[in-house]
Amino acid sequence: MRTAIGELRLLRPKTWRDALGMLHDDPHLVPLAGCTDLYVALNFGTLTAGGSRFLDLWPLAPLRRITMTSDGLTIGALATYTDIIKSRHVRKALPMLVEAARQIGGPQIQNRGTIGGNIANASPAGDTLPVLAAADAIVILRSAAAERRVPFNKFYTGYRTTVRRPDELIVSVEIPPQRGTQWFRKVGTRAAQAISKIVIAGVRDDPPRIAIGSVAPTVVRVPRTEAALAAGSIDDAVKMLAEEIKPIDDVRSTADYRRTVTLNLLRRFWADTASA
Amino acid sequence: MKLTLNGADVEVEAHPMKRLLDVLREECQLTGTKEGCGEGECGACTVLVDGEPVCACLVPWAQVEGAEVTTIEGLGDAHPLQQAFMDEVGAQCGICTPGMILAAIALGPNPPLEKIKAGLTGNLCRCTGYEAIYRAIQSVRSASPRVASRASRRVTSDAHPPSGGYPARVTGQSSSGE
Repeated sequence: MRTAIGELRLLRPKTWRDALGMLHDDPHLVPLAGCTDLYVALNFGTLTAGGSRFLDLWPLAPLRRITMTSDGLTIGALATYTDIIKSRHVRKALPMLVEAARQIGGPQIQNRGTIGGNIANASPAGDTLPVLAAADAIVILRSAAAERRVPFNKFYTGYRTTVRRPDELIVSVEIPPQRGTQWFRKVGTRAAQAISKIVIAGVRDDPPRIAIGSVAPTVVRVPRTEAALAAGSIDDAVKMLAEEIKPIDDVRSTADYRRTVTLNLLRRFWADTASA
Repeated sequence: MKLTLNGADVEVEAHPMKRLLDVLREECQLTGTKEGCGEGECGACTVLVDGEPVCACLVPWAQVEGAEVTTIEGLGDAHPLQQAFMDEVGAQCGICTPGMILAAIALGPNPPLEKIKAGLTGNLCRCTGYEAIYRAIQSVRSASPRVASRASRRVTSDAHPPSGGYPARVTGQSSSGE
């Protein structure tokens, strides 16, 4: 049964500073933008689980910009997957993010879904999240009073929970310059419109970095696996990875399948990036 | 709230969080836009917002303020893609068809097959197996590229609406009595 919307309120700030002021005055406001997750909840009748007052960020164009400097890439929280796919900056600096964006939903979802929403929604299966984890991204949070920079790998505190305070907005994500070869794979039921059974991103740098989604309550980096790879042994790394991930049985897959495929994907990553 | 709907400037009042899909079907009485899954998976409710395909079941009404929205009614009955879907039997039960056609229009003129396939990944069809749909879209290209190109520009250009606008016949109704 669809959520009754009669009692819901939507605030529509003109600027992102107005938005921060509104959040300061009413921390129960739920920010929304592309609505590709939030309106699924509306359609299921569970939208009000997070609150009944919403803050519409979608029109705040300054938060949609993608820029590049010598310090790296900055992606505004409201950049859509389509924006990311089309951005020459992202194609050049972070091609694995373009690959992830291309595999999210279909064009309709890519046109509305935003990277800030993917981060904030905090699903363990979020497809851009392993990329941001492997790239050592920084999440920029703003409140009316201050800005806070949080390493992406410290952003999640547990299943669907983050360090974001209710009065803060994710305004952008920064990605430091990347060396080495980037690699991304998503395994779902079909090529498009699928939620990941496993999603993995890797950077063949020295040391290599690996991040995986859908194998734990949050997206995870796997430091012992990375250390084994740095030491040069893929067999040791595979053994480590088997210990480091904690996949579960759920509606989309089984723990056994996820474990087997994840270990195979690590070998694939190592082989695919070997010549680079 | 003001917007451009199928080429006409309209003013329609609805709850800001009502789904674009419901406002189109109820307030605007444009029932060509279908509801399939209601969760962004199937693409049956695809409409164009500023030339881009979106799932109307996932868009709050407030977010199309000032935008240019195109539904299947905006094509009249004369669009070459509509005829091609009939000629190639690209429609069977018909629920996916309006969304398929709008997603195809967003691809621009003469899309290669790979671009057609990628562009329709967000639109599910449980009848045709897709081949007839791909054939229909390709047939517009091979039969009359100039018509396809003109028609495609007509609805994908958000910056320059065509002189004379869209076919005036079906633009729906609005609460302002447009």
